[in-house]
Amino acid sequence: MARVIVDVLPKAEILDPQGQAVARAMGRLGVSGVADVRQGKHFVLEVDDSVDDAELERIAETLLANPVMEEWIVRRERNGQS
Amino acid sequence: MTARIGVITFPGTLDDVDAARAVRYAGAEAVSLWHRDTDLQGVDAVVVPGGFSYGDYLRAGAIAARSPVMGPVVDAARRGMPVLGICNGFQILCEAGLLPGALVRNTGLRFICREIRLRVEADTAWTSGFEVGSAITVPLKSGEGRFVADAETLDRLEGEGRVVFRYAEPAPNGALRDIAGVCSTDGRVVGLMPHPEHAIDPLTGPGADGLGLFTSVLGRLTAAA
Repeated sequence: MARVIVDVLPKAEILDPQGQAVARAMGRLGVSGVADVRQGKHFVLEVDDSVDDAELERIAETLLANPVMEEWIVRRERNGQS
Repeated sequence: MTARIGVITFPGTLDDVDAARAVRYAGAEAVSLWHRDTDLQGVDAVVVPGGFSYGDYLRAGAIAARSPVMGPVVDAARRGMPVLGICNGFQILCEAGLLPGALVRNTGLRFICREIRLRVEADTAWTSGFEVGSAITVPLKSGEGRFVADAETLDRLEGEGRVVFRYAEPAPNGALRDIAGVCSTDGRVVGLMPHPEHAIDPLTGPGADGLGLFTSVLGRLTAAA
């Protein structure tokens, strides 16, 4: 078994009004210096050895992310360790 | 023979009852289809109605696009069966790959619920009864209605005359190029964010402008028979 992390974010060129709203809220907390925020999704998958990298990429591209508006990163963690 | 138009219900669909009513107002028989169905019961066309299928989990329309009933819908659409996606139905057709682009959160982050004027810009299976250039008034009610696609796709859609509906004012949801609805290359699959099925009778909506989509497709089906 392995733990796989898939992070999905709106593409940089797609306006992310939620991320912008979060960035503005930081200003109200008195935090300065945060230039930009993009809000996305974080998936944690527990997979067995039959799931190879190509299969993980297929899962990310065809289900977890929508390539029209999102980009993604697939990261494999060994034995639950980063 | 009366045309039979399927109306799909997913868990979380809201507007299937109004969509079926619009089909009947237009003079066709409405056939209820369930998300787990794998047989379209021989319908002549399909309406994918609005709502919040599967609670908008993952992305609006993402789970519904991969549900059992959508397999035969995609196959039939590729063979030329007319399909209309309204609101969440439009999101589902984009997620299923039948229509280009995607629908994302409104720029103002607010859910928009009001009447809006649209310009009809293309002659399709669902708009053949309208004059190109005419305007219709229908309700818009969505939180993720902002149409996006890359510039190349937008140019292609405009160049091929596949922008079917455009907001007659700056798009309140921030939709790129004010696009409210688009169609497939053969003009038989149409998706739009606003709700024609809520505007089929002045008693229950802003007017009857929306009925034209449903009568248009009947004209096309009869002409093809």
